[in-house]
Amino acid sequence: MSRLCVGSSHAYKVRISIKTALGNQAYVWNDNEMYLFRAAMAFALRSYHNGQEFNVSNIMVCNETPRVSFWFVVSSPENSSVLLKKGDVENAIRKSRNRINGAFLLTDQTLEFIDIPPTLAAPVMPVTPPWLIVFGVVMGAVGAGIIFLLVSSLVQSKRKKNKKTLDEDREDMRGIENGLGCDNLGGVYNTTFSDGDKFTPM
Amino acid sequence: MKWPKFPNPGLDNRIPSHGDLERMEKEEAGDRPQWDNKAQYLLTCVGFCVGLGNVWRFPYLCQSHGGGAFMIPFLILLVLEGIPLLHLEFAIGQRLRKGSVGVWRSINPYLTGVGIASLFVSFLVGMYYNTIMAWIMWYLFNSFQNPLPWSQCPLNANRTGVVDECARSSTVDYFWYRETLNTSTAIDDAGGLQWWMVMALVAAWTVLYVCCIRGIETTGKAVYITSTLPYLVLTIFLIRGLTLKGSVEGIKFLFTPDVNELMNPATWLDAGAQVFYSFSLAFGGLISFSSYNSVHNNCEMDAVLISIINGCTSVYSATVIYSIIGFRATQNFDACMSDNIIKLMNAFNLPEKNITDSNYEDMLNHYNQTNPDIILGLDLKTCDMQVYLSQGVEGTGLAFIVFTEAIIKMPISPLWAVLFFIMLFCLGLSTMFGNIEGVVVPLQDLNILPKTWPKEIFCGLTCLVSFGLGLIFALRSGNYWLALFDNFAGSIPLLVIGFCEMVAVIYIYGIDRFNKDIEFMVGHRPNIFWQATWRVISPLIMIFILIFYFVTQVTKSLTYLVWDSESESFPTLENREYPPWIYVIIFILAGFPSLSIPVVAIFKFIQKKCCKHNDHSGDSVESISAKIQMSDKIKF
Repeated sequence: MSRLCVGSSHAYKVRISIKTALGNQAYVWNDNEMYLFRAAMAFALRSYHNGQEFNVSNIMVCNETPRVSFWFVVSSPENSSVLLKKGDVENAIRKSRNRINGAFLLTDQTLEFIDIPPTLAAPVMPVTPPWLIVFGVVMGAVGAGIIFLLVSSLVQSKRKKNKKTLDEDREDMRGIENGLGCDNLGGVYNTTFSDGDKFTPM
Repeated sequence: MKWPKFPNPGLDNRIPSHGDLERMEKEEAGDRPQWDNKAQYLLTCVGFCVGLGNVWRFPYLCQSHGGGAFMIPFLILLVLEGIPLLHLEFAIGQRLRKGSVGVWRSINPYLTGVGIASLFVSFLVGMYYNTIMAWIMWYLFNSFQNPLPWSQCPLNANRTGVVDECARSSTVDYFWYRETLNTSTAIDDAGGLQWWMVMALVAAWTVLYVCCIRGIETTGKAVYITSTLPYLVLTIFLIRGLTLKGSVEGIKFLFTPDVNELMNPATWLDAGAQVFYSFSLAFGGLISFSSYNSVHNNCEMDAVLISIINGCTSVYSATVIYSIIGFRATQNFDACMSDNIIKLMNAFNLPEKNITDSNYEDMLNHYNQTNPDIILGLDLKTCDMQVYLSQGVEGTGLAFIVFTEAIIKMPISPLWAVLFFIMLFCLGLSTMFGNIEGVVVPLQDLNILPKTWPKEIFCGLTCLVSFGLGLIFALRSGNYWLALFDNFAGSIPLLVIGFCEMVAVIYIYGIDRFNKDIEFMVGHRPNIFWQATWRVISPLIMIFILIFYFVTQVTKSLTYLVWDSESESFPTLENREYPPWIYVIIFILAGFPSLSIPVVAIFKFIQKKCCKHNDHSGDSVESISAKIQMSDKIKF
């Protein structure tokens, strides 16, 4: 039996890294743990092949190393000299992978079945990419800012224009009256350039 | 001894006299904008000078040219080249109260070309610099999710594994080269416009427009945040970095002095070039900014202060960057070691924790003697800390590959990503303010467009045209175009313009007149340090740097680095030669601005000669009031 165990087309290699997974809380790998493993395998096979009653005796382990790695083969419950093909065992393990991992407090990376790649979780993609949302917020704020600034400078320049025409109207009135009309303008008037010159006799 | 000077007739007619300046000061005449307070002016100048180069160029130069020893050429050239040039630009702007074109035209109409060259350079540099801002904004937008998009490889079509390109390189490389740039394999392979990049460019230009829309009225408010936030974020990163494992390794690597590097002329050349570019000289923006100051502002103190701040910021950010790089290198080293250890353990079925970092070497040797063939088959990698510390730590590679990789290894990654990219964004935005100033104000001075158009339209036109032309960087080959622009548009023309500025002020405007101006503005004549540097030392240094830079650029073969998944050296970038038509582009980028100086001078000469036949009045009577904008209130 052992020559069928290692490296054959029916055997799987398992590698367990307890210390990597659990650190200080690592448990020791002993025969009891091995029994749990065989039971877990039997459970997986039972769940996959409904009806076939696999037992711990159908799971045979060999070549255990201190690494903790070993090979195992699975025999059919009806006929213990017939070994299950790799494909069936693989599908069974794949289906119950989480349960098997959970029994040992390990993960896909620390409880490795060589040649069975872990099923990759699809990355979660939200319906709208998040960056579009942030982009929309920023552009909204910037757009509002631009509109506000443009409108306010338009309003300012209109106000200045109105004030200018008002000033011009007032200044037209200046020469009509006596030059003292500048009092009505308010503010400081620079008399240097006023029309007072026309009163200066030449 | 009178310092030699070129004859410059009519100078007094073109510039306001000291009396005019005093009068303008008292009346607050003219519709020239003004700073709200000194702090705004200083923050704007600091923001313009302190930019992305302080964060991702200086640390690399420092580390590659002998670490702590690089400080010596850097500080020497800062004092002898940076500070005098800065003081010169501040003083001439404050004295002549115009933007760059106006200043050089006032000094001598034949020098208008210097201002136009500054305009071109500011425009070209602004185009590609804002593309980097667009990339930063893209990464910033993508940082608001957990897990960060550059921490995972996407799955391939049939969900059996990750995408091949990603598996062979790394998640950060893949996100940068494929999902951000979608880069092609050569510069001639333009590819199409990448819509997400176009959107990021739109975002970058509109944010810039809203800040620059009314000139310093709006940028002056924006700089309170954009100039101060980077320092806050740098400090946060320093504290975070120092608590991470391996950060001290990085800082040690940065500052370990190698005095032999001082013998290498390339070190001095790089230090000089870095000082020059770091101060954003010759763009025209600094002249513009200081022209809004009051006449008696102490520009000497400003120049020294800003130089010190700039130098200190470079050193500070280098420390922060390298503490994070040290952390990343240590993480990669640890990962490499544990990878090797696991391979060894699995191969020989040893119990866990039998091999540790300390006995790895001994175990490896032991097994190499007993089972060398198995060891060969394992494909163990050599883990070298030095290699990890010196990986790709310059330019965009630093920000978008190395730093992002470090961030995903930190806890609460999205927070650090957001902080980092906001810091880069602020650094770049405040530099762009100076660039826009260096384009818009000369445009207004040149009177090409109607003067009645408000500043908003000038600014909007500039942003729109730059965005339109900048779409070239949103192509698949955009990254290669940007590297081209960076190498040629932002290097030699600036050196040429800087040298011409010095010569113009010292020898055409006249150092004696300049000294008197500074005495009038500041209160005392510039001391012997300024005299020596302005007259002799700084121009000589500029000539040296210009000649050596030119020679090194011309002699080295023109190659560029491409990301090619088919190449043998993948994921390392491959060197490829430029196609022959690139030389035309390079000539346009570097030659156009530099040649505009003599071309405009010749044009003005021809104009004067041919107009002399038609215009018999010769020198028209130009009154001062025509030159200085008077207030609307005063009417004849």
